Amino acid sequence: MAIGLTHYLVIGGILFTLGLFIVLTRRNAISILMGVELILNSANINYVAFSHFSSGNVEGQIYAIFVIMLAAAEAAIGLAIVLSIFQIFHTIDVEAAETLKE
Amino acid sequence: MDHPIQTDYLRWIVLLPLLGAGINGLLGAILQRQFGKRAISFVACTPVVISFLLSIWAFINLLALDPEKRFLIDSLYTWISLGSLNVTVAFWLDPLSVVMILVITGVGGLIHIYSIGYMQEDEAYWRYFAFLNLFTFAMLLLVTADNLLLMFIGWEGVGFCSYALIGFWYRDHVNTRAGNKAFIVNRVGDVGFLLGIFLIYWSLDKAGHGTVTFREIETFVPLIKDLEIWGIGVVTLATLFLFIGAMGKSAQIPLHVWLPDAMQGPTPVSALIHAATMVTAGVYMIARLNFLYSLAPSTLTVIATVGALTAFLSATIGLVQNDIKRVLAYSTVSQLGYMFLAMGAGAYSAGIFHLVTHAFFKACLFLSAGSVIQAMHHEQDMQKMGGLRWRLPYTHLTYLVAGIALAGIPPFAGFFSKDEILWKSFSHGLIFQWALGFAAAGLTAFYIFRQIFLVFYGSPRADPHTQSLVHESPQIMVLPLLILAFLSLIGGSLGVPEVLGGSNRIEHWFEPVFGSPGGHENAPVAMEILLMALSVGIGLFGITLAYLIYLRKTLVADTFSSLAAGVPYRLLFQKYYVDELYQFTFVRGTLFFSRVGAWIDQYIIDFIVDGSAKTTTFISWVNGLFDNYVVDWIVNKIADSTFGAGDKFRKIQTGNINSYLYVVLGAVVLAIIVKLRYSG
Repeated sequence: MAIGLTHYLVIGGILFTLGLFIVLTRRNAISILMGVELILNSANINYVAFSHFSSGNVEGQIYAIFVIMLAAAEAAIGLAIVLSIFQIFHTIDVEAAETLKE
Repeated sequence: MDHPIQTDYLRWIVLLPLLGAGINGLLGAILQRQFGKRAISFVACTPVVISFLLSIWAFINLLALDPEKRFLIDSLYTWISLGSLNVTVAFWLDPLSVVMILVITGVGGLIHIYSIGYMQEDEAYWRYFAFLNLFTFAMLLLVTADNLLLMFIGWEGVGFCSYALIGFWYRDHVNTRAGNKAFIVNRVGDVGFLLGIFLIYWSLDKAGHGTVTFREIETFVPLIKDLEIWGIGVVTLATLFLFIGAMGKSAQIPLHVWLPDAMQGPTPVSALIHAATMVTAGVYMIARLNFLYSLAPSTLTVIATVGALTAFLSATIGLVQNDIKRVLAYSTVSQLGYMFLAMGAGAYSAGIFHLVTHAFFKACLFLSAGSVIQAMHHEQDMQKMGGLRWRLPYTHLTYLVAGIALAGIPPFAGFFSKDEILWKSFSHGLIFQWALGFAAAGLTAFYIFRQIFLVFYGSPRADPHTQSLVHESPQIMVLPLLILAFLSLIGGSLGVPEVLGGSNRIEHWFEPVFGSPGGHENAPVAMEILLMALSVGIGLFGITLAYLIYLRKTLVADTFSSLAAGVPYRLLFQKYYVDELYQFTFVRGTLFFSRVGAWIDQYIIDFIVDGSAKTTTFISWVNGLFDNYVVDWIVNKIADSTFGAGDKFRKIQTGNINSYLYVVLGAVVLAIIVKLRYSG
C-alpha cells in the first residue's frame, strides 16, 4: 500500500481530535497544555504533508519548525502560569481558578 | 566503497527491547496486578536475552566474512528527505558496533536479571523495567545508527531514561533534584553535539555532498579538510563541538558534576547506565568518527589532556569519599578519563578495549555494592560497615576480583587494557598526560582497596541490630555477580599485547574500522616492559598503602587528613568545590536574571498596564460627567437597558477555562459552516 497524502491528513485529524478532546475535557492544567501540543503537532503534520505532496519546496517544513519553536515558548510560558496558579490556589485544577466569576 | 551486506534481523536486536518497554510501560500496572511481578520480569528480560542471542549470531556472521568486508546493514525506511539532506533509518553493524551491542545486551541482560532480585520489594516494579528496557533500546539505537541524526535520537533517549531512573524514587526531593541536574548538565553537552552535526553537514553541503551518514562522511571528508571558518579548520571546530557533547555524556571535567549525584538512582541503574554503557557513549562516538578526529590533531591533544586530568583529579576525590557508591562513581569518571586519553592518543582500539573490560569490572563492582547495601539495610556509609567478609562470602569474592581488575594487577582484565592505554600515550609522545594517568593508576589501586578493607575486613562497625540481620543476597543476584567477576578475570585475554606473547586480537579485530596501528613498532620493547612493570609496581604500592592504613593501622589516616591543617583533605572531600562554584555562578546567575525579569514585570509592565487603566478610568469619569449633566435623562434610559443587557451577559464570564473553550470551539465551527455555505 502506497502511503499518500490522505494517510498523513488522517493522522493529523486524529491527533487534532484527540488534542481537542483533551483540552475540552481535562481539568488538570498540565493535561490541557499537552492537548494543545497535540493540536500544534497535528498542524505540523498537515504543513509538512501538504508541502511534500504539492509544491515540492520546503516552505511547509520551515513553518513546521516555526510552530515547534512557538510550541516550546508556549510550553515555557504555560508552565510558568501553571506554577503561579499552583502557588495561589494550591492545585492545578483549572476549575479552582475561577475567581473572575461574579 | 564496498556495498555492505543487507540483512533483515538487525532491526530486531534494537526493536525487541522497545517492544518490552512498550508492553510494560503501557500495560505494566495491569499486568503486575493481574499476574504478579513474574510476568513483568518475563516481559522485560526475554527481549534483552533474545537481543543478546541475535547479537552473537550477528557476530558469527561478521566473523565468517573477510576482514575488509565486515559490514552488515539493515535499512528500514527514509526518514528525512529534504533538499540535499537524505536521512534513512538504518542499523549498521561493523566490528566496532558489534562489540558494543554484545556488551550492552550481555552486561545489560545480566543487570536485568540482577534487578529481578534487587527491585523485588518495589511497588513500581513495572515502571522500573519499562525504563530499563527503553534505555536498552535507546543505547542500541545509539551504537547501531548509521548516521549522526539517528545516533542523536539514541543519545537523547539514553539521557531521558537516565533522568527518569535517577529520579526513580521521586517522592524524595534529593532524587528528583539529582535527575534534574543530570538532565541540565547534559543539555550543555548536547548543544555542542548538535552544533557539531550542523557544522559537518553544512561544510559537506558546501562541498557538494551534504550528508550525515557515517560512511559517506568518511568518503567525502577529504573535500572539507582545508575548509576554514574564523581561521579555524572546520574539522577541528566540528570535532571540538562533538567532544563537548562527549564531555557532557561521559562526565569529563568540567561537566562531570552530574555523575556522582546520579548515584541516587537504584544501584543496578548505576551499574548499567552510569558505569557500563551510557557514560561510554561519548567514547564510542569519538571512536565511530575516528576518521574525522584523526584529521584534527589539536582536538586530539585537547581530548588527551582533558581525559588525563579527569582520570587524575577524580581519582584524588575518590580517595576520601565515605559513601560506597560515590567512590565507585568517581572511579567511573576517572576510568572514563583513561578512555578519552586513549582516544586522544589515537589508540582507538585500546580505548574501546578498556571500555569493554571496564564494563565488566565496574558493573560487577556496582552490583556487588548493591548487594552490600541491601544486606546492610540501605546503609551506604563505609564508616558503618566492616567485617562483612564472612557474612557475604560471594559478594566479597566478586568485589575482590573486580577490585583487583580495576587496580590493574595482572592477569586480571583491567591490567591489559589500562596498560595498553598508558603505553600508547607514552609512545605517542604525550608524556605529561601519561604521567597523570600513571599517578592515577596508583590512586585507583589505593581507593579501591581502601574501600574493600573498610567494607569487608576489620571489625564490624555497624550497630548490633543491623549486624545481626546481614545476609547474603538471593541466588538470582549472586549469579550475575559471579558471571561478571569471571569476565573481569579473563576479559583481558582479548588483548594480550605482543610483548607478553599474545597477539592483541582485539586490535586486529578493529583494524577494518580504525586502520592498522603503526608508528610505534620502532619503540623499544624494553621500554614497554619497563613501563608495564612500573604501573604494576605503583598499583601494588597503592594496595600496600591502603593495607597499612586501613587494615594494619600502622599508618594512621588522621595524620594525612590533618596534614597542612587539613586543607588538601577538605579540598578533596568537598570535590574541589566545583559544585559550589557552579551554584555561585550559573544557578545564582539564573536566579538573578529571573529576579530582574520579575522586577521589570512588576514595576515597568505593571506601571504601563496600571497607567492605561487609570487613563481609562479618567475617560470614563469625563464620560460620566457628560452623561450626568448634559444628556442625563436620555442616556439614563439607554443606560438602563444597557445595564440590563450587561447584567445578563456577565453570566458568560464564568472564569472557567473549559466553558470558554467550548465557546471558542462553537464559534470556530460556526465560522467554518458560514464560510462553507457562502463562499461558494
